[in-house]
Amino acid sequence: METVIEMKGITKQFPGILANDSIDLEVTKGSIHALLGENGAGKSTLMSILFGLIQPDSGNIKINGQEVKITDPNVATRLGIGMVHQHFKLVHNFTVTQNIILGAEPCKQFGIVDLKQGTKKIRELCKSFHLEVDPEALIEDISVGQQQRTEILKMLYREAEILVFDEPTAVLTPQEVEDLMKILRSLAASGKTVVLITHKLKEIKAVADVVTILRRGKVEGTYKVSEINEKEMAAKMVGRQVQFAAHKKAQKAGDTILQVENLTVLDGRGIERVKGISFDLHKGEILGIAGIDGNGQDELVYAITGLLPVKSGRILLNGEDITELPVKNRFEAGLGHVPSDRHRHGLILDFLLKENFIIHAYNSDFAKHGLLDEATINQKADQLIEEFDVRASLGRQTITRNMSGGNQQKAIVAREIDRSPELLIIVQPTRGLDVGAIEYIHSRILEQRENQKAILLVSFELDEILALCDRILVMANGEISGEKKASQTDEKQLGLLMLGHKSGETYDQP
Amino acid sequence: MNTFLSMLPGSLMVAAPIIICALGGLLSERSGITNIALEGIMTVGAFVSAALLFYLEKVPGFGSGLGCWVAVLAGAFGGMLFSTLLAIAAIRYKSDQTIAGAALNMLSVALCIYISQILFGHQRTDTFTTGITRIKKVPLLGDIPIIGPLLFQGINPTIYVAVVLVVIVWFVVFKTRFGLRLRSCGENPQASASLGVKVEKIRTIAVLASGFLGGMAGALMVLTTDTQFTASSIHGMGFISLAALIFGKWQPFGALGAGIFFGFAQQLGVYANMIPLLNQLPSEFFHAIPYVITIIALVLFSSKAVGPRAAGQIYDPGQR
Amino acid sequence: MISLKEKRWIPFLAVILGLVAGTLIVILSGRSPLIMFATFIKAGTGIDLLKGGTFNPRLVGEFLVTTMPILMGGLSISFAYRTGLFNIGAEGQIIAGGVAAIGAGFFIPIDNQFIHSTICVLAGCLAGALWGLIPGLLKARFNVHEVVVGIMLNYTAMYSANWLYKQMPLNQMTRTENVPVSATLNVDFLRQLTNNSRLHLGFIHVIIALFLFWLIIEKTSFGYQLRATGFNKEGARFAGIKVKRNLVYSLMIAGAFAGLGGALLTLGTYGYGRVITAFDNVGFDGISVALVGGCTMLGNLFAGLLFGLMKVAQPALQIASIPKEIGDIISSLIVLLVALQYAIVLYRNKIRDWFKKARGQK
Repeated sequence: METVIEMKGITKQFPGILANDSIDLEVTKGSIHALLGENGAGKSTLMSILFGLIQPDSGNIKINGQEVKITDPNVATRLGIGMVHQHFKLVHNFTVTQNIILGAEPCKQFGIVDLKQGTKKIRELCKSFHLEVDPEALIEDISVGQQQRTEILKMLYREAEILVFDEPTAVLTPQEVEDLMKILRSLAASGKTVVLITHKLKEIKAVADVVTILRRGKVEGTYKVSEINEKEMAAKMVGRQVQFAAHKKAQKAGDTILQVENLTVLDGRGIERVKGISFDLHKGEILGIAGIDGNGQDELVYAITGLLPVKSGRILLNGEDITELPVKNRFEAGLGHVPSDRHRHGLILDFLLKENFIIHAYNSDFAKHGLLDEATINQKADQLIEEFDVRASLGRQTITRNMSGGNQQKAIVAREIDRSPELLIIVQPTRGLDVGAIEYIHSRILEQRENQKAILLVSFELDEILALCDRILVMANGEISGEKKASQTDEKQLGLLMLGHKSGETYDQP
Repeated sequence: MNTFLSMLPGSLMVAAPIIICALGGLLSERSGITNIALEGIMTVGAFVSAALLFYLEKVPGFGSGLGCWVAVLAGAFGGMLFSTLLAIAAIRYKSDQTIAGAALNMLSVALCIYISQILFGHQRTDTFTTGITRIKKVPLLGDIPIIGPLLFQGINPTIYVAVVLVVIVWFVVFKTRFGLRLRSCGENPQASASLGVKVEKIRTIAVLASGFLGGMAGALMVLTTDTQFTASSIHGMGFISLAALIFGKWQPFGALGAGIFFGFAQQLGVYANMIPLLNQLPSEFFHAIPYVITIIALVLFSSKAVGPRAAGQIYDPGQR
Repeated sequence: MISLKEKRWIPFLAVILGLVAGTLIVILSGRSPLIMFATFIKAGTGIDLLKGGTFNPRLVGEFLVTTMPILMGGLSISFAYRTGLFNIGAEGQIIAGGVAAIGAGFFIPIDNQFIHSTICVLAGCLAGALWGLIPGLLKARFNVHEVVVGIMLNYTAMYSANWLYKQMPLNQMTRTENVPVSATLNVDFLRQLTNNSRLHLGFIHVIIALFLFWLIIEKTSFGYQLRATGFNKEGARFAGIKVKRNLVYSLMIAGAFAGLGGALLTLGTYGYGRVITAFDNVGFDGISVALVGGCTMLGNLFAGLLFGLMKVAQPALQIASIPKEIGDIISSLIVLLVALQYAIVLYRNKIRDWFKKARGQK
């Protein structure tokens, strides 16, 4: 068993955070080695160091036993290291071949690109590694899975021996995930070394040989996958038994607040993402939408909040048809929205904190005759800062960009909850937050439930869904593949539903 | 028909600098740098060539022909030198490309007239006497029936330069390794960089090449249509070139077609009074045509984004 | 990232560096920088240091006359910029405003100067707003970039205006007759006060415009929407702000500011319409004003005065045998330097580190 990557004592300090704290990592040739950890555990930093995107403060790296300094990605490429980034780096109006050969073009004389030869070599690679993709297709015309295969081919074309995958399944459909797993196995079988960055335990169980678990910049341990189960991995990953301290009180759901009837939604490119979904949501109820990222959750939320037009079907809020209403009127009709991407959508980062608090009512509650009412704005800002424990260096006058992620999220939650909406739509409320902030946000959500509000919670984290929700809908491929009471289901069953197995429970007992 | 034929040489003469400058813009924008400064680059090229030609004419041997082409080359290098300012601002120091370009346009006229004042004592260069003139007949090609008299007799040779450059630029951009990399930088520089393509180097080369072509265009413009450089020598031709680039959908042959079309539109203003119906229209109408058409073209193209995707965006390798 | 605090002092540094560069150019071309600065001071204050400090109020009047349209151009660019738009089309909106104001001057027969001139000014604002509506609509409806449309519309405006002027009572081929006095902004009182300068009532309009700019952008809920849109379009859309509609409004209001500038130019500075073959560059100077002024009301005011000075001093510079284009050179260098803010911060930090090191070694 040859050691192909050996990283020793890797330390990297970023302003305010020790991203890697003397990490040791050994990877064996021909294995699939998973790097497991929560967001911010230091996996991506470590791999960026291996790929030459970041320089470590201390520590050394050996590739095939040779000590190396990886100063930039070109050095990494020369050493046979390739990386599939989470966000593909593809030129949309180039063909697959053009994307792959870019930077290493086969040439005839006078620097003329020899596309034929490139295409031929790529076809051969496709065949030997069982990758289905048309080398002559334009990137903008092919599926996400095929785009990912193009990225893999880029590395194979450059004869990479070590292939790093950064959260490769985040954007894939369940079928594409299956295909990817096969590809990974065939890569390893042909002697390539695969490093898989992920926080999905099932994937590790499915393909990896070895797993190294990172937590808060440190190695928690390296294990043979066959000798560790999912629960143990999860415990190592978060450093305690997985269980959110959310204590729901038993309570009965009340009247219907939100009705979604046969809703079909197209995304910006005209692809059907939500396919005839129907459900109800009641007062005092938290309804969870579980599913793998990209299965229509975003489009569902955008349709309800008015950001995407509806193709067919109806949305009723308190019995009133809001399907055609503009965004602003929906907010006024009693809707609140904590969006998934707080930097792009939830906040105007260059605004002062107080200006962000008034974004829904700048022309009603906080204005007189069209002029902003500074006194009321200041009063409201101070009240929310106090009530929701938002910490900002200059108080209400802080530029929002300068606040921490947790406090930014608190500010959004404060703003939305304060308006006391009948229906609160919350998407990925705790992504990238520390444990303290997570618990605080969760308690606020449960408090809304006790106040008889209706809450739609969209999350990719099953434990968050299980801990908070009363009822859970699982979305797969734009459809609802199952509905479960939170008290009567578990991760395993939901996981199967997320893969699109509509008969989740029977599958469970073969 | 006769009017049309007599318009042709003039149209092609006006079209040549538009086409060449548009090619410069093409290289720059395809690499991801919006080049609003084309107008200023042309101005500098025009000034350098006009001033140099004035002095060259006094040198024995440079009197006719040769002196002009030396001046054109000098204008091209002058444009290239001026475009280094855009390269430094937009690439090295990540300035807003539109603002830097607008500043350079203002700077160009001021600087050229300032130097004219120092060198010649007034707000323009002294007049040169030769300039680039029409060739009577191109050997061989001029003898081809129909096409010969039309395109190879009594035509200003600048259009041939333009056509040759169109072919060269097309070849470089679409057939060579450099072209593939150039286009990738204009669409998705992060992708290019991840494969080891030196984005900043490619863009710098592209901007300098665009300065070279823009400067050459300015030189040809002043040497074919004027006898001296003044503040209004270029009068918006750089922006017309930008329009030709857009109207030609960022394609070299598209720029060729658009350039000839715009050249024609300009000439139509001169000849309109000889053409029935058109003589009812004011000359301003013909001057405005290229600009109005470009706006209409932009609207028509808008459903499908055809311009380079990353053009105008600041590329920061630190952001991934 | 450049912090907000740094953004505030960059314009000052750019102005100083621009003046230094201009001084060097003047020295290199064998002229006296002292005369240049004395001329600037004379043009700005009316005090001639080279003639023992004599004071001529006409110069102050001319200084203000030159500044006013440029300042309006600055407000126009700034207003759009706060909404995230680059209104390079201000030049064309100024031309549109100018021709509409003159047209109203000729064709609306009213004798009362207050009423007539106000109508003419409003016609200018309206024409500018309509000219700004075009890129606004195209941006909102077809997502066509406002910069390219703006550039094309500048030329379209110039040629259209030339044609329109030729339909009016012409004095020569290059200018119209003087508009009736009732349409102009000129009053004898100001002329006498400033030793026969062209100073006109437009300063009142400018003060109103400055106030409106500040009020709309900083204080109204409408301005709040525009600023939100300018900082983060997607975020604004998520909050239910009608982004596209705001883009249109913003360019229309920016156009109205520019149109006012055009009206001041034709009704105040000249009193007639001019057939032009090249731009006056008032709109492009507006870009300089807005950038250096940081797109705030006060910033625009000071930057407008600065660039107005660079412009109005030019004839006097020429007489002092310094090529007058030095004013434009300095102006454009200042803009270039503001655009180069990243480099400015970089080198300031380098110099600071170097000083620190030098001190550390002692």
